[in-house]
Amino acid sequence: MALLKIHEPGETPLPHEDERQIAVGIDLGTTNSVVAISNSEKPEVLRDKSGGNAIVPSVVYYGDDTPVVGEAARDQINSDASRVVSSVKRLMGRGLEDVKSVAGTLPYHVEVPEKSETENGEPMMVRLNVGNRVLTPVEVSADILRALRARAEESLDKPVEKAVITVPAYFDDGARTATKDAAKLAGLEVLRLVNEPTAAALAYGLDNGAEGLYAVYDLGGGTFDISLLKMQKGVFQVKATGGDAALGGDDFDHAIAEHLLAERKDGGATDDLDASDAKRLLKAARTVKESLTDQDSVEVTVALNGTDTKHTVTRDQFDAMIAKLVARTAAITEQVLDDADVLPEDVKGVVLVGGSTRVPAVRKAVADLFEQEPLSDIDPDEVVALGAALQAEALTGGSDNLLLDVTPLSLGLETMGGIVEKVIDRNTPIPVTKAQEFTTYQDGQSAMMIHVVQGEREMVDQCRSLARFALTGIPSMAAGAARIRVQFNVDADGLLTVSAREETTGTEQEVAVKPTYGINESDMATMLRDSMVHAREDMEMRVLTEARVEARRNILAVNAAMNADRALLTKEDEANIKQAIANLETAAAGDNRDAINDAAEALENASRPFAEARMDSRIRQALAGQNVDEVH
Amino acid sequence: MSNTEQSAHKVCWSCKGPVAASALFCETCNAIQAPGQLDHFTRFGLERSFDVDVDAMEATYLKQQQKLHPDRFASKSGREQALSSQQAASLNEAFETLKNPVARAHYMLRQAGHEPEGGEGHTVNDPELLMEAMEMREALDDAKDKITIDAIIKDTRKQARACENDLGAAFDSQSFDAAKKLATRLRYLMKMTEEARAKKSRLAAA
Repeated sequence: MALLKIHEPGETPLPHEDERQIAVGIDLGTTNSVVAISNSEKPEVLRDKSGGNAIVPSVVYYGDDTPVVGEAARDQINSDASRVVSSVKRLMGRGLEDVKSVAGTLPYHVEVPEKSETENGEPMMVRLNVGNRVLTPVEVSADILRALRARAEESLDKPVEKAVITVPAYFDDGARTATKDAAKLAGLEVLRLVNEPTAAALAYGLDNGAEGLYAVYDLGGGTFDISLLKMQKGVFQVKATGGDAALGGDDFDHAIAEHLLAERKDGGATDDLDASDAKRLLKAARTVKESLTDQDSVEVTVALNGTDTKHTVTRDQFDAMIAKLVARTAAITEQVLDDADVLPEDVKGVVLVGGSTRVPAVRKAVADLFEQEPLSDIDPDEVVALGAALQAEALTGGSDNLLLDVTPLSLGLETMGGIVEKVIDRNTPIPVTKAQEFTTYQDGQSAMMIHVVQGEREMVDQCRSLARFALTGIPSMAAGAARIRVQFNVDADGLLTVSAREETTGTEQEVAVKPTYGINESDMATMLRDSMVHAREDMEMRVLTEARVEARRNILAVNAAMNADRALLTKEDEANIKQAIANLETAAAGDNRDAINDAAEALENASRPFAEARMDSRIRQALAGQNVDEVH
Repeated sequence: MSNTEQSAHKVCWSCKGPVAASALFCETCNAIQAPGQLDHFTRFGLERSFDVDVDAMEATYLKQQQKLHPDRFASKSGREQALSSQQAASLNEAFETLKNPVARAHYMLRQAGHEPEGGEGHTVNDPELLMEAMEMREALDDAKDKITIDAIIKDTRKQARACENDLGAAFDSQSFDAAKKLATRLRYLMKMTEEARAKKSRLAAA
């Protein structure tokens, strides 16, 4: 039989509070993903069962059974390539137009939607045809997150339900929403989306007293990003970002592969490569690249079309092959510094992120650019996940430091003639709420289209369309008489909500839209049902947890009030309140949400006379003070 | 209840007791409160004046954001999270407005009941200023090298600084018509500086 513990009200925390919340940090990368956890500000990556690799390739194999993620999925590229999905991050939150630009570079078939928008005017998300399945990028990302969650649960031997997930600083609203949706599908509550460069800086402990400007140089497999961060009084701010979404270590591999092919051709070989030849050649090129990090030269044998050729590649040759690519990252970096009106010598430290920053020529270029050696103590493949884990711990356990993010792109509305009226400028600190007033341009106009866009250009069709909705029921008025207030709200994750209201007549018309890229709430619910048997229970658990948190707050508040104004407390009220608190504590220890809410309401009723006495007393004091003033 | 208004107290949503209308947190139960209609200057504990020490204000801003930001409420109840988001957004708005001298001037004009120029239905009809702006633009169009553009940037910044000093004096003496004109001029000068900078980085990139 379980024993009931009895506490003096307010002295002992309610049950469940001491259950430590497990929250992990996840770097959900284009090529690779990593999960990490932090205890007492000591973050560590979570490795696979054998204690080996921390890196999980962001690759999913959709065979006939449950999806396979990571190394095992990548191994299927040789045998069953059409069912392997990789680099899905590039499609997150993407619509029709964006896909045209990247479709040719992806190994699987991307189904471009027939219409570019849903009935509600939301942009349609792309679908992937993989084997006999049709998948959204959100579902594929959810499979990767599920695998990371499983790894964390296995490694920690505890359920994991909360995470901080990193996203590129330039990720727009659609891509951020898609990332959050993917986490929801994987059964993870996102405590916060954090920008990747900020996470990397956190991992280096740059938040500990090191005031000043820092640069984060991130060269991954397929993307390059450079960010400028300002650290001031324990607060991090992203000051400027730039990059190239199609520049990375994969281009280094291609440069080496082309060099090897050219040498074979000079030797008389005629190569007509099919897809699998190309893959093997690139694999060899990759080995050459990695070996040249520690060696001055490397020998490699290329076996294609029955002809084996031997090659020697030196570091100097390799440096020459990639010189143009490296110079391009330097030019982008200089541009970002210039935009922010910053000189290289103003930068106090440079953080390296991404496997491609292991290449010596890259390190040298960064050192030359900033006139200092970059920080490189932490594995550049793990640094972002480690920072995310630190932030996850800070959010669940408290911290002295704070991340202050900005909007990466401007948000605005379409006005007459397809011109964008900016409502929130880029680099505005979040959370932010801004409103703008509009009016009708026709007599008796009863509806108005609200078209929300994101981007820096002046014309609507040059910006990304986020959402479109109609404000209807505008009362009949002369042109220009209606006052329509459109409010933009961006939360701490960088996610936007828009609402519109007609104000002159007092009739409230309000519509809130969340841009979701074609996944509406009911689709989401169906996907949740399909993918998670326990979705319903998870949801109920969340509501129950919220009721308990609320009950705990309520009890602490009433106890604080009783301590502050004990003189105003009658014996009878005190007895009633204490009884109600005890009842609420008992209810909160149980699993019945309705019982908790009922007990909370009972406590509110019991403490009402006391609360009123406190208000009356304060008002009498204030009035007494005023009388004295009047006498003077 | 006009009595409640007179005492500038409202009911704390959490402990149901009295709390000062301008308080960020309840002094009894420590619960975060909704942001009231607080004047931007009051938020930072500043006198209403155009002369603002931006660095000092930024220090106050960061200190307050440390207490109010949603990251501080990640494991609190939904209501507290929502209130923290509102408080942080109000604080951001106050800081962004007072940090930028043009936005600050416009805010002070509106508070004093004067609509600034250049907004809805207000055209700028100061021929002297329009002429000056046109000349500045021509000079920038003609500039072909970094040295010339740097000289233009230096000049517009110097003029902007002087314009800010004049604005301070205009607000001190409550000369709102003069302040209105100066605010428009400052807006032009800032825009020119920005355009000159953009041209400089385009030149560097080419």
